[in-house]
Amino acid sequence: MARAATTADAFNAVAEPRRREILDLLAGGERPVNELVRALGVAQPQVSKHLRVLREVGAVDVRIDGRRRVYRLNGRALKPIHDWVAAYERTWSERFDELDVVLDDLRRKEDGDGSG
Amino acid sequence: MAVGSRTATVTLPTDEQILITREFDAPRHLVFRAWTEPDLVRRWWHAKRGEVTVCEIDLRVGGAYRYAMVARDGFEVAFHGRFREIVPDERMVSTEVYEGVPDGVSEEDATTVNTATFDEEDGRTRLTLLIEAANRTSRDAIVASGMEDGLQDALDLAEEVARSLG
Repeated sequence: MARAATTADAFNAVAEPRRREILDLLAGGERPVNELVRALGVAQPQVSKHLRVLREVGAVDVRIDGRRRVYRLNGRALKPIHDWVAAYERTWSERFDELDVVLDDLRRKEDGDGSG
Repeated sequence: MAVGSRTATVTLPTDEQILITREFDAPRHLVFRAWTEPDLVRRWWHAKRGEVTVCEIDLRVGGAYRYAMVARDGFEVAFHGRFREIVPDERMVSTEVYEGVPDGVSEEDATTVNTATFDEEDGRTRLTLLIEAANRTSRDAIVASGMEDGLQDALDLAEEVARSLG
């Protein structure tokens, strides 16, 4: 099942909601596995599985500290992935910001109809 | 800058999919109207990047639609498709073809199936837009199309990314 660590694969790895949560947690600093397990409220094997996927695409690094495995975010590996999708996301965000204006207008008109 | 539920979130659930979600501070019958009435769509679909020049919507199952826009740099983009399923105020499934695909790309590869779902809670609406491409290459091309106007703001983006992770 091993796949090449292309940018798209890395993005898929990052796009999974639970893995995004792990990255969110690691954004606050490195953490050992048991802390991640506690914070996520998910069984350790699941967390380990997600961490393995993230490591395969270079999104996180691990170091051994005594008997603990401590994970940290690899920001440099993540940046191109995020740039890639962020521009697309930005287009939609701006489109939706305009849609908000239209909705405000519709709501006001509807309220006006209701009272009149 | 607003960061939170009002920000569009884009994820790639599978190799062929793009999932866009966003919350609106309005009941869903209004979001549905803004999504389907040409005069209203014209007002937001441009995303501040240009002017909507064509917006035709034949809102019935099997009916066709076409949107075109001329960006500020003169570049024209157009999309067309047909409605497959319409549940007023709730859900819409349509096909979408980007008209600017290079020669040699089949119509099938250039077509996505888009499912828009409108969920209302406490007068607010959560929009979920699932875009399903024929394959991963097509999907990646759609996502990458966002790069065209995104590069100039690379630093802003990096900052947003950092914030979204923090």
